[in-house]
Amino acid sequence: MKEKIIEKILTLLAFSAIGVLLLITVFIFKEGLPVILKAGIKDFLFSAKWAPTKGHFGILAMIISSLAVTFGSIVMGVPLALACAVTLAEFCPPRLLVFLKPTIELLAGIPSVVFGFLGVILLVPIIREYLGGPGLSLLAASIILAIMILPTITSISIDAIQAVPLLYKEGALAMGATHWQAIWLVILPAARSGVVTAIILGMARAIGETMAVIMVAGNALKIPSSLLDPVRTLTSTIALEMGYSAGDHRTALFAAGMILFIFIMALTILANLLMRKK
Amino acid sequence: MPAIAINNLDLYYGSFQALKGITSFFKEKTITALIGPSGCGKSTLLRCLNRMNDLIDGIRIEGQVLIGDKDIYAPGTDLIQLRKEVGMVFQRPNPFPLSILENVIFGLKIHGQLPSEKKKWEKIAFRALSAVGLWETLKDRLKESALSLTLEQQQRVCIARIVALQSRIVLMDEPCSALDPMATEKIESLMLNLKENFTIVIVTHNMQQAARISEETGFMLLGDLIEFGPTGQIFTKPQDDRTNDYITGRYG
Repeated sequence: MKEKIIEKILTLLAFSAIGVLLLITVFIFKEGLPVILKAGIKDFLFSAKWAPTKGHFGILAMIISSLAVTFGSIVMGVPLALACAVTLAEFCPPRLLVFLKPTIELLAGIPSVVFGFLGVILLVPIIREYLGGPGLSLLAASIILAIMILPTITSISIDAIQAVPLLYKEGALAMGATHWQAIWLVILPAARSGVVTAIILGMARAIGETMAVIMVAGNALKIPSSLLDPVRTLTSTIALEMGYSAGDHRTALFAAGMILFIFIMALTILANLLMRKK
Repeated sequence: MPAIAINNLDLYYGSFQALKGITSFFKEKTITALIGPSGCGKSTLLRCLNRMNDLIDGIRIEGQVLIGDKDIYAPGTDLIQLRKEVGMVFQRPNPFPLSILENVIFGLKIHGQLPSEKKKWEKIAFRALSAVGLWETLKDRLKESALSLTLEQQQRVCIARIVALQSRIVLMDEPCSALDPMATEKIESLMLNLKENFTIVIVTHNMQQAARISEETGFMLLGDLIEFGPTGQIFTKPQDDRTNDYITGRYG
């Protein structure tokens, strides 16, 4: 009898988590959809003219900015994270790994505002000085995000590499492969689905990051034409404008949130599918 | 001249001595079987012959192993070249998670001997897979993952990798223990074919298997090589009581 009650309570709690997700989804779509229908989906997604108080709701510049900083962070972050993962999983003595892996994961626990702060104080002046432009830029945001997604990608990739059966590595070495050939030709291909999952989860984190990006990206609303241009992402726009928006403007921000939500959902589902395939 | 000459080989895991002064000679183009109960050191001895034991931390090896006329434990030995000449087949079939073709050409690729024209790759695959009796079955499936094959076929692909690399010696570490009796029989007849061109050393816990395929047999117990000789003699007229006890099923 007691067991039954506990079981029921646990089930209820489990479902309430899913219920919250469902409620958020319904809420965002309910708030966001009307303005998209009003402006027309084409003008909403493919126009760069964003003047919500005057009836222009084009979010193209923000979508491109969001994708650009994400892409930039992946280009810089993935090689670094993979190098890190391979070194730790394959070349590092197990005793050191026990210490180093949690240390890298700790990097994920640093509040994003701290990354933003470091970016403003250290990175932005360097870019301004040596590369020109305002410093607050697509490049600065990409670099900061690359560092922020490092722990996610590294940690999951290490797990993926360690999950590769030792037999593969032994098989390669027994044929006279060097350690590096075994890694490059056998272990990494065997760990591929896990590594790709790690990268996708890193992307989801990068595209959703707000605070650090607001602080270093410059937030000018236009389609960037160079790495040194300031950009304003979907998340930045929502965070910056939500405080004073009203009416259609406010709904348009929800609509932007909806697009972001769809992006992140798609990435997460993709990551889950890949993980299951493994 | 023997293909492999082992001279007073000791091996220690930390302070535990796993091989005790092993001395033996394995003949060329012959199947030599190593038998003995679990933990007797037969796999460890096998792994000394291509220095796979080097991967284990805290291991110490003393003595000589001559392959051809080279001591493979001499300083400056080229492990990559050694393992090219001495291939290994493992207990569980371990084709790489790549296509069948990529598996077969893997050895040539890592040793920089793979011709750049892809047309020649199929010729290599033809030769290697024919040697293991798989070409007819697999010739249209070379692009498929090697993991989609049956265990027996996977083990054959693993042998084909070594054939393609033109190794001279093949070490087999209980190659049939993951296979059913039918598959075992097929792998055994394959081994008898391969004997024409390869020196084969097989570790097996299956005495009948040793009796069926090998010409010479070594019986090991607790790190000692108790007895070594022609297979017929080991199984019918063992000189040592412990060998007799083992082959008559007293223990093991």
